[in-house]
Amino acid sequence: MNVAGLDIGSRTVKLVVLNDGDVVHTKKTINSYDPLEIVFRLLDGVSYDYMVATGYGRHLVGDALSCNIISEIKAFAIGARALYPSCRAVLDIGGQDTKAIYLNEKGELIKFEMNDKCAAGTGRFLEIMAHALNYEDIDEFSKAACSVTKAETINSMCTVFAESEVISLIAHGAKREEVALGIHKAIAGRSLSLLKRVAPSGDVVFAGGVALNNCIQRLIAEELKRSVFVPSDPQTVGAYGAALYGQTKVR
Amino acid sequence: MSDYKQMWSELGLDLNAHDALLSVLSEAYQNIFLAQKMRPQGMKYFDFVMSEVHGLRIKELMDAKAEGRIVVGSYCVFVPEELILAVDGISVGLCAGAEFNFEGAEQVLPRNLCALIKSAFGFKLGRVCPYIEACDLVVGENTCDGKKKAYEVLSPMVKDLYIIDLPQMKTDTGKMLLKGEYLKFITKLEEISGKKITYESLKKGIDIVNAKRKAVLRLQELRKADPPPISGLDALLINQVFFYDDPVRFTNSVNALCDELEERIKKGEGVSPEGAVRVMISGCPMAVPNWKVPYIVETSGATIVGEESCVGERGTQWLTETKGTTVSELIDNIIDRYFKIDCAIFTPNPSRLEHIKEMFKKYNAKGVIHYNLQFCQPYIIESGLVESNLEGNGIPTLRLETDYSQEDTGQLKTRIEAFIERIKG
Repeated sequence: MNVAGLDIGSRTVKLVVLNDGDVVHTKKTINSYDPLEIVFRLLDGVSYDYMVATGYGRHLVGDALSCNIISEIKAFAIGARALYPSCRAVLDIGGQDTKAIYLNEKGELIKFEMNDKCAAGTGRFLEIMAHALNYEDIDEFSKAACSVTKAETINSMCTVFAESEVISLIAHGAKREEVALGIHKAIAGRSLSLLKRVAPSGDVVFAGGVALNNCIQRLIAEELKRSVFVPSDPQTVGAYGAALYGQTKVR
Repeated sequence: MSDYKQMWSELGLDLNAHDALLSVLSEAYQNIFLAQKMRPQGMKYFDFVMSEVHGLRIKELMDAKAEGRIVVGSYCVFVPEELILAVDGISVGLCAGAEFNFEGAEQVLPRNLCALIKSAFGFKLGRVCPYIEACDLVVGENTCDGKKKAYEVLSPMVKDLYIIDLPQMKTDTGKMLLKGEYLKFITKLEEISGKKITYESLKKGIDIVNAKRKAVLRLQELRKADPPPISGLDALLINQVFFYDDPVRFTNSVNALCDELEERIKKGEGVSPEGAVRVMISGCPMAVPNWKVPYIVETSGATIVGEESCVGERGTQWLTETKGTTVSELIDNIIDRYFKIDCAIFTPNPSRLEHIKEMFKKYNAKGVIHYNLQFCQPYIIESGLVESNLEGNGIPTLRLETDYSQEDTGQLKTRIEAFIERIKG
């Protein structure tokens, strides 16, 4: 039996299909103004018997396809724990949300927190800052930040204010790479303070699109001094968790 | 409705803006309240009150004014209704629960101020709150810094603004301050009403307000049942109407509803299936029509069984003692009663925490949602202490910080659903 997990995020839509617990299918695509259309395209040609939706668009898809839904917090908790059975915490930095999740020994969700309603310190923030510094893409931006050790300080975590701060630093002759590192440090610092508040100890799984960023990965591992696991495909942890949840329902 | 139009225009309301506001309100009411399933019949009275909240009730106020009675508006549970009734006045809560005309409010106030204060100004400057326009006296109170300073800005906009200073510590000197302030307030009330407070009038005022509180506390008791006989949204609405309606009529209507709810409980009827997740709300007040978070909670598979809030049990939990044979003894009873209110402007404020835990147990809640208005410093700062204490006692707690806008509904829903999942395990 095929069980699908669909994670409709603000920036990307992810699909994982399991057959008797094995991943038989993984797909990702950029989201648009019409998430349902994206979902239909993603599901085209994919066979599944049962589906669970999660992520920002879960209700939209849940209603349209009459499938079961769970919150992305639960989905990431299940997915992370299945990949790393020793983990006690999950840090998920997605397109518009940052989530810190704490699990007990049995892997049950015991505490979580999310960033406030603005996109500060999320994937979207990184994209806007990369653009403000004229980097081609996030990859180039992250590499540039990793290439230096000295960093400018970015005080503001409001996307709008930080952008003016970046422009003003550049206008004062700051090195682009050092500003880039400053931005990465600011995001890492903010995410870690959320994580430390919620999950004071234990191994951490770092997931979500921002976990693809090597510079943030490195900064978080250095600062946290705990085991930080980054899955090979950190974006699909939520979809994987949703599919695993679906499996427990069909059994 | 045409006679209301004339009344509204005599009150100086902006009729177009007011029409627009009422139509948004009525749509929201339809979707949030009337769409609920298994509502008690007794809610029909409150539906009627809400449909006439800017109509018939205002007409009643105007008729009372024509008979020489005064209308006193306020924004806080520290303003004793007993004293207002004792000079034959009418006490009304003023509009501060919707994101209306924030652009106007932000012309005179900073942007980073709590939505409740901005809303009060939005309503006043947009000329859409008939209550404030009908007031002979608006009473402000020195609770948080935001309200305290905003009253300076409000002062020239209203006919008569009177400020009650409030203590910030539960000490003997704090209580003396409250006493001095309430005595000055009595003088002010007597002056503008032209009526003297007597033992009989004050005793009557205390009895009326006690009966009103007793009725909502009776309602609270009934919410212990599983399944709860009434939704959290409807119970919140009743606590909101508490501030507007004629107190005696309100009391009778709540008691009639409670009779019905008792019958429901006997039959095992309720608003949610037995065993549905029960949560309570604690934190900042939710003024009409602020229904955002309760609506999300109750459409996400949980039922709210209690509100530790000024619009809820923090505001209603104690009755005023009626012992004594003199005005001065009754005034002391009022001071004793109001000095207990555990608002976060007090430091420290341990009894609030105890009350949350007591309510959690009493209503058999499974989690606490700490509701914070953004920029409300006293409650935001206190929420960290509350959360760690509650979690330390094994009480699942979710802290939410939001305002009156709808843009964060998606994020709030994610958190609330995840919190319910956490409780379910």
